[in-house]
Amino acid sequence: MNTLEKNDSTPTVRPMRIVEKNDSMPTKGAIRIEDVVKIYDPEGAAVMAVDHCSIDIPAGEICMIVGPSGCGKTTLLNTIAGFHGLTSGHIYLDDEILCGPGKEKAEPGSDRIVVFQNGALFPWKTNIENIAFGPMMEGKLSKAEIYQKARKMMLDAGLEGTEDAYPGEVSSGLRRRVEIVRALMNEPKVLLFDEPYRALDSLTKSVMHEALLDIYYKNKVTIFFITHDLEEAIFLGHRLIIMSSRPCKPKKIVEVDIPHPRDYSVLTSPRFREIMNEAKSVVNEEARKAFEAGEKEG
Amino acid sequence: MSQSNTTMNLTMYRISSWLKSPKPYLMFIGFGFILSFWYLSVEVWKLPRFQDMPALTEVFEEWFSKDPYYGLSIYTPEYYKHIGISLRRIGYAFFLATALGVPLGLFLGWSQKLREYIFPLFELLRPIPVLAWVPLAIIIFSGSETPVIFLTFLASFFATTLNTMLGVESIDEEYSRAAYCLGASRWQTFIHVVVPGAMPFIFTGLQISIGVAWFSLVAGEMVSGQYGLGYIINTAYIMVQYSQIVIGMITLGIIGYITSALVRVAGDYMMQWRVRELALSGD
Repeated sequence: MNTLEKNDSTPTVRPMRIVEKNDSMPTKGAIRIEDVVKIYDPEGAAVMAVDHCSIDIPAGEICMIVGPSGCGKTTLLNTIAGFHGLTSGHIYLDDEILCGPGKEKAEPGSDRIVVFQNGALFPWKTNIENIAFGPMMEGKLSKAEIYQKARKMMLDAGLEGTEDAYPGEVSSGLRRRVEIVRALMNEPKVLLFDEPYRALDSLTKSVMHEALLDIYYKNKVTIFFITHDLEEAIFLGHRLIIMSSRPCKPKKIVEVDIPHPRDYSVLTSPRFREIMNEAKSVVNEEARKAFEAGEKEG
Repeated sequence: MSQSNTTMNLTMYRISSWLKSPKPYLMFIGFGFILSFWYLSVEVWKLPRFQDMPALTEVFEEWFSKDPYYGLSIYTPEYYKHIGISLRRIGYAFFLATALGVPLGLFLGWSQKLREYIFPLFELLRPIPVLAWVPLAIIIFSGSETPVIFLTFLASFFATTLNTMLGVESIDEEYSRAAYCLGASRWQTFIHVVVPGAMPFIFTGLQISIGVAWFSLVAGEMVSGQYGLGYIINTAYIMVQYSQIVIGMITLGIIGYITSALVRVAGDYMMQWRVRELALSGD
């Protein structure tokens, strides 16, 4: 962490400590990213996507990864999820090594579930079949038990009445909610979000943010959330990790000391504006660098 | 929206809106245009190269005659025997091509290694026209039935396999990733993601497959065999019974259309999710 700039407006009370006071915080699900390097080697021209990146995420934190497009945030997420290997470094989940030397690629598993950028509900399964998918594959519970649980979770998330519809038949906002519920069915320790609300209009987005927080308060899990929308990042996160343009490494950490539970009124609070301004200057600088380097969208 | 009889309602809705739209009438105009051109060019204007063409009235009189001049009309059992035998051959060939082509295509798309073994061979054999296989088919297979079925199978098989493979390749990688994330094994991912994900392409392949099956069937029947619609057309030509050529052709068109529509209906039945999605997109 010594590579990080010290955030001079760090509040005296760390938000994590506020959270730690809360007894309902989970004890499992801490992610430790240690000195991770990822180099792509397409056609012999090595491209460094992630450069000596270290991030510590305590269990139950909503950690927002903010950075310019194409900086390598998704690469980092993919290594945690187990879709890619890493070049060097370690990634731990609760002191258990996910990947590192000798174990180049993490095994994808239901303790870390990804909510994808474009949504990956199976269009050939109904909403409830999608939600039941994980436990059905595990095969530990009977079908009746799984569907009972799925119905209950859909009810809690305000999704009743859409059980037998196909994802293609419901609105995009609803689809995202179904996807989050599907991820939660497996009781994961970590949810990995890859800019899930990028394609939504701002009105739907704000509804989705409150819905996500609502789900989070009911099922505390660690959330690793990639975005380049600062408002979204500050509204949702305990902490913002602002990444540099490629190669990706933490440039600045911004603590969001606005207490949870939050609702949309915090958007207009002076503290929100202050944090926004603080983050914005760093983000803009990196975005300009990325633009000048001609990084492609992605 | 989510209840079980949606499919039925949807079909009824589609039929009624089709009847209310100008589409059916345009269709009749299209048919009317080509039939009147046929009638006028042969029987009224008597255009130079059209003098030996069977006339429209002659063909339809023969086709619907209780006592057909050349022995073939909708009232003769012979006619249905030819149709039945052609259909049986199509049935065998199409079934075989689907039963072998779909799994092969799925595995070719799924396994890089298998693709490296088989695909180059496949790509070399695929462009060989069915007609070029005729001599070999007759040498390899005995009798008159198996060579025809083999030829019909061949073209269908290539179309089905290739489309299925493309279908697997078309599946967004995120679906497999999501499945792995949710704890699915490689085999479970194959069953729950690869197979249904490739389904739209598989059915496109089967539509093409049934089309080329008729194409190769007729080619095969013209060369070998004593029955079938292709046989009717070829013999009618040799025996100078020209009206029968056209009867054979029109029958092929109708039966071909029906079989292809059946494949489409089967596809819609198996892909409810797609039917509903397309219905919502306004078509």
